[in-house]
Amino acid sequence: MIKLTNYLSHSYNKPDGHLLAAYEQAGGYRGVRKALAMTREQVIDEAKKAHIRGRGGAGFDCGTKWSFMPKQSNKPHYLVINADEGEPGTFKDRSIMEKNPHALIEGCIIGAYAIGAHAAYIYVRDELHLSKERLWGAIHEARAKGYLGKRPFGKDYEVEVYVHTGAGAYICGEETALLNSLEGRRGEPRLKPPFPAQYGAFGCPSTVNNVETIAIMPTAFEMGGDAFSQLSALHSFNDGGSRLFGISGHVKKPGLYEACVGLTLRELIYDLGGGILGDRELLGVIPGGSSCPVHRPDEIVNVPNDPRFEPYNGKSFLDLPLGVDTFRTVGSMLGTCCAIVLSDAADPVLALHNLMRFYRHESCGQCTPCREGCGWIERILNKVVEGKATIEELDRISEIASDITGNTICAFGDGAAQPALAFVRRYRKHFEDYILNSGRSQTGNLAL
Amino acid sequence: MAFALSAEQEQKFNEILKRYPNKMAACIPVLHLCQEANENWVSDEVIEFVAKRLELSAAHVKGVVTFYTLFNQKKPGKHQVWVCHTLSCALRGADKIIDHCEKRLGCHVGETSKDGKVTLRTAECLAACGNAPMMQVNKTYYENLTIEQVDRILDQLLGEGGR
Repeated sequence: MIKLTNYLSHSYNKPDGHLLAAYEQAGGYRGVRKALAMTREQVIDEAKKAHIRGRGGAGFDCGTKWSFMPKQSNKPHYLVINADEGEPGTFKDRSIMEKNPHALIEGCIIGAYAIGAHAAYIYVRDELHLSKERLWGAIHEARAKGYLGKRPFGKDYEVEVYVHTGAGAYICGEETALLNSLEGRRGEPRLKPPFPAQYGAFGCPSTVNNVETIAIMPTAFEMGGDAFSQLSALHSFNDGGSRLFGISGHVKKPGLYEACVGLTLRELIYDLGGGILGDRELLGVIPGGSSCPVHRPDEIVNVPNDPRFEPYNGKSFLDLPLGVDTFRTVGSMLGTCCAIVLSDAADPVLALHNLMRFYRHESCGQCTPCREGCGWIERILNKVVEGKATIEELDRISEIASDITGNTICAFGDGAAQPALAFVRRYRKHFEDYILNSGRSQTGNLAL
Repeated sequence: MAFALSAEQEQKFNEILKRYPNKMAACIPVLHLCQEANENWVSDEVIEFVAKRLELSAAHVKGVVTFYTLFNQKKPGKHQVWVCHTLSCALRGADKIIDHCEKRLGCHVGETSKDGKVTLRTAECLAACGNAPMMQVNKTYYENLTIEQVDRILDQLLGEGGR
């Protein structure tokens, strides 16, 4: 069911919406006052009640993540915000930083307090120059008002927020690579354990949260955690509140829509997205950023042993509410909740070719299966597109992708293998056409 | 001549250092600062300078420089243009934009126009998928691009009279 909200996006169409005055007029900096009146434990409990699943792709419950931080330690704690948005198809965090930066700053104060940190670093990818400018602007405004600094809102709990920049590496969106990059090293992921909550930034306990996860926190605290969670149609799945839904590719109205959790892909594509460009047929949809598997519109939901899935069983995959656990259970992934739509004018072989070039380019090179595997798959796809590949080589794509999965330090390898496996399995005929017709295909195009 | 920062840049350098518990963490922001002060590229002198000022080995700094795509190891043109060519933009016609830029600039992706004014590059996802196709010119995003818009942008970069 579509229930549009505007907790984060209320300021998106206002020219001065990113400034403190507009934010406070719209009710900003009220949630943090409530949070700072609580104890640290109460803040974590309230966040748990809100059931905010990590918006960066992994979907881990934010309050639970905060609770992993040590209660007492003789080292400083750090809050690190992952603003290295670069997952193909995903463009939600940038909108928050550019158009509603104070929501993120307010969330940082709540988050820092909850995990016992006095400093928060927002790791912004370097390309987002306007985001960095707006965040620094918001930090200066908040500091001038005394919201940041020694005594935020009269509470004797110092909080400082800093913006840190990357330098162009997708892998730095992986939390441990991000920590290495924050420390001034090459952005190569670290082995876990130890987890960041024990040994994170500068060797100290740290929590890494996504921009949207933190920016929605003030709303949850103002509303009350439980009330916020109840907004969602998937409250029973512990997947609460509202979030930003993005849609890009072959739809009439691509863009961002803020709505309660529970929206379906059909609603996102046909109602909010306005339907397929040129009123063509839907060929496939990648639900949440390119690392999620692609799905065909004729897939049917079938989860017999879970009563929560009763309303959806037998229905189209497009009618399953977009949720972390709903999608995980049917063998998909919600990711960042920003869908990429392919119409039947798009060639799925070229789509995978495009994505594998991306993964080959962005693999950090630390683990052999990922470094070599992504390159091998791309090279086979080069041959497929040129019409020089064989059916054996097509099968080898799936073999290589399976061998990458689970054999690397970080989740990048799985993220690169997923699209390869899904595209070849679901559009095998298109791949075979290329091979059997020496490189000629039905559309041969990505753009309309 | 050895690389050095101006007084104003030195002040920025000190501000950056204050944000972190140690000097190494300033490595990437300081490299950005120095790159901007050095006609947008990181020379060996810059690496030496950063290593010395942050008390790191030159090997460490060089390792960082070569890891990240936004540190230029060769001097780029006066303006840098990145056209996103990842899936969402490709579905919306990024290839046509790239072809057009190549024709207008008379150079391929990865090269600089003959007059040294514009370096053309492709970029992997720049987080603007909802407004595809898009390109980044120096520090500015241009979204929902049409060929006409690209022409206007390139006209400006190349100056009066086109190429």
